[in-house]
Amino acid sequence: MLKNFTIVRFHAKLYTVKVHYHSYDAVIVGAGGAGLRAAIEVAGKVRTAVITKLYPTRSHTGAAQGGMCAALANVEEDYWEWHAFDTVKGGDYLGDQPAIDIMCREAIDAVIDLEHFGMPFSRTPEGRIDQRRFGGHTRNHGEAPVRRSCYAADRTGHMILQTLYQQCVAHEVNFFNEFQVFDVLFDESGGQKRAAGVVAYELATGDLHVFVSKGVLFATGGYGKIFRISSNAHTLTGDGLGVLYRRGIPMQDLEFYQFHPTGIYGFGILLSEAARGEGGILRNGLGERFMERVAPTVKDLAPRDMVSRAIHAEIREGRGAGTDKDFVYLDLTHLPPEQIDAKLPDITDFARTYLGIEPKTQPIPIQPTAHYAMGGIPTNVEGEVVLDGKGTVVPGLYAAGECACVSVHGANRLGTNSLLDIVVFGRRGGRAMAEYVKGVDHPEVPRGAEAEVRDRIERFKAASGGEKVPAIRTELQQTMTENASVVRTAESLRAAHAKIDELVERYHSIAIDDKGEVFNYDLVEAVELSHLLDLAKGLVVGAEARQESRGAHWRDDFPTRDDVNWMKHSLAHRGDDGDVRLEYKPVIGGRYEPMERKY
Amino acid sequence: MTMTAQPQSQVTAHEPKVTVHLKIKRYNPEVDTRPHWEEYEVQMSPGDRVLDALHQVKWTIDGTLSFRRSCAHGVCGSDAVVINGQNMLACVNLIRNVGTHLTIEPIRGLPVIKDLVVDMEPFFAQYRSILPYLIAHDDPGYKERLQSPEDRERFDDTTKCILCACCTTSCPVYWANDSYVGPAAIVNAHRFIFDSRDQAAAERLDILNQKSGVWRCRTAFNCTEACPRGISVTKSIEEVKRAILYDRV
Repeated sequence: MLKNFTIVRFHAKLYTVKVHYHSYDAVIVGAGGAGLRAAIEVAGKVRTAVITKLYPTRSHTGAAQGGMCAALANVEEDYWEWHAFDTVKGGDYLGDQPAIDIMCREAIDAVIDLEHFGMPFSRTPEGRIDQRRFGGHTRNHGEAPVRRSCYAADRTGHMILQTLYQQCVAHEVNFFNEFQVFDVLFDESGGQKRAAGVVAYELATGDLHVFVSKGVLFATGGYGKIFRISSNAHTLTGDGLGVLYRRGIPMQDLEFYQFHPTGIYGFGILLSEAARGEGGILRNGLGERFMERVAPTVKDLAPRDMVSRAIHAEIREGRGAGTDKDFVYLDLTHLPPEQIDAKLPDITDFARTYLGIEPKTQPIPIQPTAHYAMGGIPTNVEGEVVLDGKGTVVPGLYAAGECACVSVHGANRLGTNSLLDIVVFGRRGGRAMAEYVKGVDHPEVPRGAEAEVRDRIERFKAASGGEKVPAIRTELQQTMTENASVVRTAESLRAAHAKIDELVERYHSIAIDDKGEVFNYDLVEAVELSHLLDLAKGLVVGAEARQESRGAHWRDDFPTRDDVNWMKHSLAHRGDDGDVRLEYKPVIGGRYEPMERKY
Repeated sequence: MTMTAQPQSQVTAHEPKVTVHLKIKRYNPEVDTRPHWEEYEVQMSPGDRVLDALHQVKWTIDGTLSFRRSCAHGVCGSDAVVINGQNMLACVNLIRNVGTHLTIEPIRGLPVIKDLVVDMEPFFAQYRSILPYLIAHDDPGYKERLQSPEDRERFDDTTKCILCACCTTSCPVYWANDSYVGPAAIVNAHRFIFDSRDQAAAERLDILNQKSGVWRCRTAFNCTEACPRGISVTKSIEEVKRAILYDRV
């Protein structure tokens, strides 16, 4: 993309960017749940730096609400195998079963670890960690909803983020706060490509920092800001994925993007599935409980992809609510007020704050909201980044959390499994990286490794084109929400594809207002937009190719799952011109054979 | 938050836009010797957040305006600013509630770096000084530590803190004396002092019994009013004071 930068005109003033060099054994990029959990594993064992574009406690893990599933069986019979079955089925048989087994088995330890770290879980009368129901989690292979989600009111993610950060303070983890990684470095001197560090931009000064490191673990979260209606933070711009994608690392299963059924109407702010776990009911504009028709056994607690599609269908068929009939209701009015206050305090406050609705007496207007990327940087169960179907790794390069694709969520993630994913695979990735760096020499990084980043920054500051970052981003988000969300067709995807191509072209002509060095968010947003465009294109191209409906990827023109041709992961490769080349790799099976997904 | 008597009264996609006047304290260390005010006008819906209005300025009028933000719904704590004299998160206050004439400044008591961005390091250093992590020397084995719902409830309020600094930077004592640990650090100490699993209450109470600790608090209640999470900040400070005085947790 940079190559084609046409309107480069350098001002008379030469920008002199200061460059600092650092040497570490391990660098972790991102300080949400996965990055912090990895940091706890690595810190104290090897020289570690955690680089984050925010303060750690600002990370979006803190916005997770409902809980973290683990078959503790504290309140009713449960087994990790049941959890694994639900996860495989919930993911519509695209998840890799050995990885899912690991996640569900280690979930139990992960929850106990968190408790030992000080996590303030909600408790049973006996003082044990309490558990509640959640979408898609069932007893004995689908019989009925099961109480599996460990939680802390409706602020479980906040509590996990705070607890992990507290432990990092205790472990004296070395943070570089408000440093944004703009590039990744590899050392190919030994004949094999291995991780060698990152180039980061210090927001407070505009200086560049070259971190030479034996191990690099990306834990940068998702890219939900490619959509207009989104539960994601403004800062969720897919930076880690974007940086690696531009450097030749393929992205796996980008076409699988989850839409959470219950976003606050107009805002997209998440209202946890815990609301339905506690007994909340979805109703259309006529007051009907439409999920009874769609999922007779588990009703409102069906997996998110099914519920989002059901809402979409109600609206499309004219049974939405409101003047535009473009939303449905989440109804909590039948729940005891004291249960709402104790179990759902935050989300009911969100409804009061943003809609002026009192959820104890009024149903809450909701609509599906872009929520979670199942796809991402392909890894194995040790968090090592893998390049292909043969499991070829890039030594020293790791990823964990939403930015990674292990793949445990398959085509549709079950609620609570994201908090589980970050602690289980954050820990595994951190542990594997700490082991790896003990056995290797420091990588070779030539002087001037930051040159490309510096040139890019200077070009942005010197550019005088007529295009603006916010306008391009808004148009991208608009087309993605309209054409590539809950329901897709060849036609809608073609429209999105054409729009993205147009926006990529216009991106070459952007100019930014802020030419300064201190907290230049104007520049940062321009870089972030390049990641959004890249990932949106990868998503759309993957979705156009996949002529079936599976999990969160629904094609109205191919409305059935096609296991013969499509039970495989996609890998998107980015060409130098930004074009996408797709290849595929097999799903790793296990004890559960694909069957029809009914709830 | 005002409640509406009629359902749906605020749920409409077609509310007419209103003109919002923003007066923002600007400071660019690369060119300015001192902060100055700049004024902007943007068209917003009454249901938009103050943060949306700031974005509208940045994205359509002046891209050099700098402010922190992330989640945009009051859980990450990035966008604490002073709006019409009150410490608030820009993302949890709607135009309809705060009005169309907004004076926006950086939070006070921390050094301003650029525009609405302040140096948060002193704030986090104070947070770290009170040992903000569970300290327990027993070995619970492979099981969770037990904690009754009542014991869990004892410190529930202070677990809600998002470290936004609204409380600390609203405190007149903190403005005058930045060695005071401030309300947020005390809230986070409270969260562990009153956690039945923790065994380091005495150490934390010692830290907070020093002259930079709780005795600086003059119960102005600014902190409690400023807290976007509804934490009873002053009450938690009083509970810590009582724990020091009466050796009672």
